Amino acid sequence: MPIRGSFQHWLKKEGSAYAFLSFYGILFIVFIVVPVLAAFLLSFTFFDAIQAPRFLGLDNYISLVTQDDTFMKYVLPNTIQFAVIVGPGGYAFAFMLAWVLAQLPKLPRTIFALILYSPSMTAGVAMAVVWKALFSGDQTGYLNAFLMGTGLLQQPIQWLQSPQYLMTIMIIVSLWSSMGIGFLAMLAGILEISPELYEAAAMDGMSSRWQEIFYITIPSMKPQMLFGAVMSIVGAFQAGSIGVTLSGSNPTPQYAGQLIVNHIEDYGFLRYEMGYAAAVSVVLLLMVLFFTRLATRLFGSER
Amino acid sequence: MKQNAIRRYTGVRNRGINPQGFHVSQLKFYVLLLPLSVVMILPIIFIFSSAFKPPDELFAYPPQFFVVNPTLKNFTDLFSKLSTSGIPVSRYLFNSIVITLATMTASILVSSAAAYSLSKKRFKLKRALFAINNLALMFVPIAVTIPRFLVIERLSLLNTFWVHVLPVLAMPVGLFLIKQFIDGIPDEVIEAAQIDGASDWWIYWRIILPMIRPAIATIGILTFQAAWNNAEISTLYVNDESLRTLAFYLSTLTTTTTGANAVAGQGVAAAAALIMFLPNLIIFIFLQRQVMSTMSHSGLK
Repeated sequence: MPIRGSFQHWLKKEGSAYAFLSFYGILFIVFIVVPVLAAFLLSFTFFDAIQAPRFLGLDNYISLVTQDDTFMKYVLPNTIQFAVIVGPGGYAFAFMLAWVLAQLPKLPRTIFALILYSPSMTAGVAMAVVWKALFSGDQTGYLNAFLMGTGLLQQPIQWLQSPQYLMTIMIIVSLWSSMGIGFLAMLAGILEISPELYEAAAMDGMSSRWQEIFYITIPSMKPQMLFGAVMSIVGAFQAGSIGVTLSGSNPTPQYAGQLIVNHIEDYGFLRYEMGYAAAVSVVLLLMVLFFTRLATRLFGSER
Repeated sequence: MKQNAIRRYTGVRNRGINPQGFHVSQLKFYVLLLPLSVVMILPIIFIFSSAFKPPDELFAYPPQFFVVNPTLKNFTDLFSKLSTSGIPVSRYLFNSIVITLATMTASILVSSAAAYSLSKKRFKLKRALFAINNLALMFVPIAVTIPRFLVIERLSLLNTFWVHVLPVLAMPVGLFLIKQFIDGIPDEVIEAAQIDGASDWWIYWRIILPMIRPAIATIGILTFQAAWNNAEISTLYVNDESLRTLAFYLSTLTTTTTGANAVAGQGVAAAAALIMFLPNLIIFIFLQRQVMSTMSHSGLK
């Protein structure tokens, strides 16, 4: 029985490898692979969670581009604005701070790193309490009280309910909590670089710290730079709930803070147009993929 | 100039990257970092401060940042309170603790076992599977909430304890970090054990796990944050109020923006926010050294 024999041979050789992988693998397939494939398939259908999905071809995508005014006018520009500032902006900020921290001795470095990291420890839920008090719409709000106290403001402003301020506040809040795991990775990466590299460069006459950053630091820690970049991009697109958390409503006031993630929730869970929501999800996943490819171009070591 | 630059790196290394001690040249960095840190930490201090504020300070005008007469009233209020559906708050806290501990334990075992396999075992699909996991680092769970809901519904996991645990366990970044860390363990260690006749499980349990403590601490923290702060699972997949988490309860307190509830709830919300935040901080302070040592293996090629 050659087939059985070769199976046994395989089992003996590779069986335990798959046994160790199995739990993770199953969970990975069930909660990541299947949902992504399902989103992809559903995006070609009309599905309201009650009747079986009806095949629509590319209709969802076509109406997303041609008929969904909210998406084209608010959601897409908002998402891009938010993601570009919070993603690359937060990333550059994180790298800069990591570099500065690396210039300090261990104890102060650890303390500052802890302070900078602490905002990203806790998710929006606990912080909503703070932001609500800080940006509260009446005069007991800290920002209003401060501005009225200094005479810059006569009337309190409904910060979280006004379309012209919501996006700015969302960006500030997100940048505040963007020193996450990518920041720690970059800090560790900078500290790992062998001092001899800098010594050698100094021997060769490199005297400016900017030159050091661009010719030694960044090239020596490309893998950490890429890891940090991926984490920033994912974080920026993931942070969709912030606008809804702050303003307390989905849709956000006049769609000012409406991000693609909120749009998905709006269609999926409020209107039950799950096929359409799935199409939006696919667009979101493709956007993340596009930006991470871009980062791989910059920092990747392959190709 | 050149002489200067050389001295900078050859003398006692107090300048440049990772200095041993203080040097005047570091002052500019302190000048930059100090105000920034104050801004970064103010909201955190605010959580502490407002959790202990009595009602008249919470609604004082002009508002006061720091608490003057600290009180534990907000905490006693919190725990004597019933949610709108009659569940005591301590029940949410209990759920959160049990769910978080279960998720952390399971996540550490599941990810480290998979990481051991991907790092040290030899099999054909190894590289391909690791590449798939790397691709999944970009995965945005929030994008597939709906298909996930359908999967969870099919598996009849809705309204169960397990729906809190299982979806969080497949954490690509956790597997990635542990795998990179195990890569740093020399193969000889494992080969030596194999020659002595050790089984795979013995190697995993007695050699790998003790050697990757920093990575375990790191994924423990990441899982802790994912589970402890999770309000979405309770909102989306759980209808049974007695199975929901403290994070969820807190989110119900803060989403009511107007009305009497918002006023009455602020002190309670501040206390709950502190209970949500504090464990994150304590765990990180204790494990930060391990986290940093894991992070130096975090490069993505």
